[in-house]
Amino acid sequence: MNINIKYFGLLAEVTQQEAETINFEGKLVSELLDVLQSKYPALKNKDFKVAQNQELVSINTEITGQEIAILPPFSGG
Amino acid sequence: MTNRYNRHIILSEIGQIGQDKITKAKVLVVGAGGLGCPILQYLAAAGVGTLGIIDFDTVDITNLQRQVLFGNASIGQNKAIAAKERLTDLNSDISIITYPEPLTYQNAIGLFKEYDIIVDGSDNFETRYLVNDACVITNKPLVYGAIYKFEGQVSVFNYNNGPSYRCLFPEPPKKGTVPNCSEIGVLGVLPGIIGSMQANEVLKIVLGIGDVLSGKLLYYNALTCSTTLLKINKTEEQFLSVLKDAPSFNKKQLNIYCDTERVISLYDIINIENFQLIDVREPQELPKVIGKEVTHIPLSSLEDNLDKIMFDKENLIFCQSGVRSKQAISILKNQGINNCFSIKEGASEINDFLSNHYKTTTNDR
Repeated sequence: MNINIKYFGLLAEVTQQEAETINFEGKLVSELLDVLQSKYPALKNKDFKVAQNQELVSINTEITGQEIAILPPFSGG
Repeated sequence: MTNRYNRHIILSEIGQIGQDKITKAKVLVVGAGGLGCPILQYLAAAGVGTLGIIDFDTVDITNLQRQVLFGNASIGQNKAIAAKERLTDLNSDISIITYPEPLTYQNAIGLFKEYDIIVDGSDNFETRYLVNDACVITNKPLVYGAIYKFEGQVSVFNYNNGPSYRCLFPEPPKKGTVPNCSEIGVLGVLPGIIGSMQANEVLKIVLGIGDVLSGKLLYYNALTCSTTLLKINKTEEQFLSVLKDAPSFNKKQLNIYCDTERVISLYDIINIENFQLIDVREPQELPKVIGKEVTHIPLSSLEDNLDKIMFDKENLIFCQSGVRSKQAISILKNQGINNCFSIKEGASEINDFLSNHYKTTTNDR
């Protein structure tokens, strides 16, 4: 299945892109993160949350949608 | 005489009844910086009857690119007090209460109880979690905003049984993994946009109109002009664990303020008679500081060079932006060395300052 992934904030810097489409055959968000972390090892040291179809989900959630967003916390003010 | 709030009152959604609600509202803004300035400006202009401002920091010249309540004359002044001066001129009919001190685990609960709505314009994770937890304990809605370079996040937490900041990000990220504005820069207009959105959420809550941004995180990118709205689900355990720890809340310490107690501004060093300047940048970093003797100890090798710290004078530590120098203070504190201060300004401002205030010859060792 093709999944569109959006990266926000410094995660776009880590992955050098704001969005990409990847082919993913796994089942859970955590498996998708494994794929992304092996593709971008620097992601392992980052804190972030995952949204699927515009809803923030836990890593144990099943991938059902094709729109994934990965967002870091911001602290600036 | 035409009413100051005429353009509100003639809106059928607001009217005199709505304007009276704004007059009765009590709103506390945490931080009078990039976000705080536009938040305060619009809330004061709108006539929020009681506006609290808490900020321990002082205005410096690099703030003026985005912190629009301040001008050259404000440099060196406390931000809460400088903001009040400008806001009083904008609207003298409202009551503005300043707290020129850090928000801490000791003062937060008492302070929050005095207000209806808390607005987070702080610039560090420690304070953001403190604000969240104190809002959960006092059951106050929290209007949240945060920025990074060209992007911003806005949400309303703890509103009408909605989720809290911890439902979004349960724990603070590991220290040093997320840089802040002073380390990486920020587009000046971005906090203007995000802070204005926060002020808008405050007014919607006060007026009871529209859809409050609760249970949703709004993401804004200034470069693409795109917004993304993400749904946040409430995690009951996050509330329970904060409430469970509530009895020991005022015993906690904010790490950042242990450090910032030892942060000084250049304008304070005139009062220090005997000091040595320590540059903790790497040797290749520019500009070199000239006009005063400087000891070079890169942060990476600080622990191996403790013998260069003077015990008979104050050690004033600087770097490019005031971030590494703060880390140096923590390292030295852990070694039991306390006669050290971090200069909050960076090397180029230090040069400007030294050329204006000191005429000592260069002896750069």
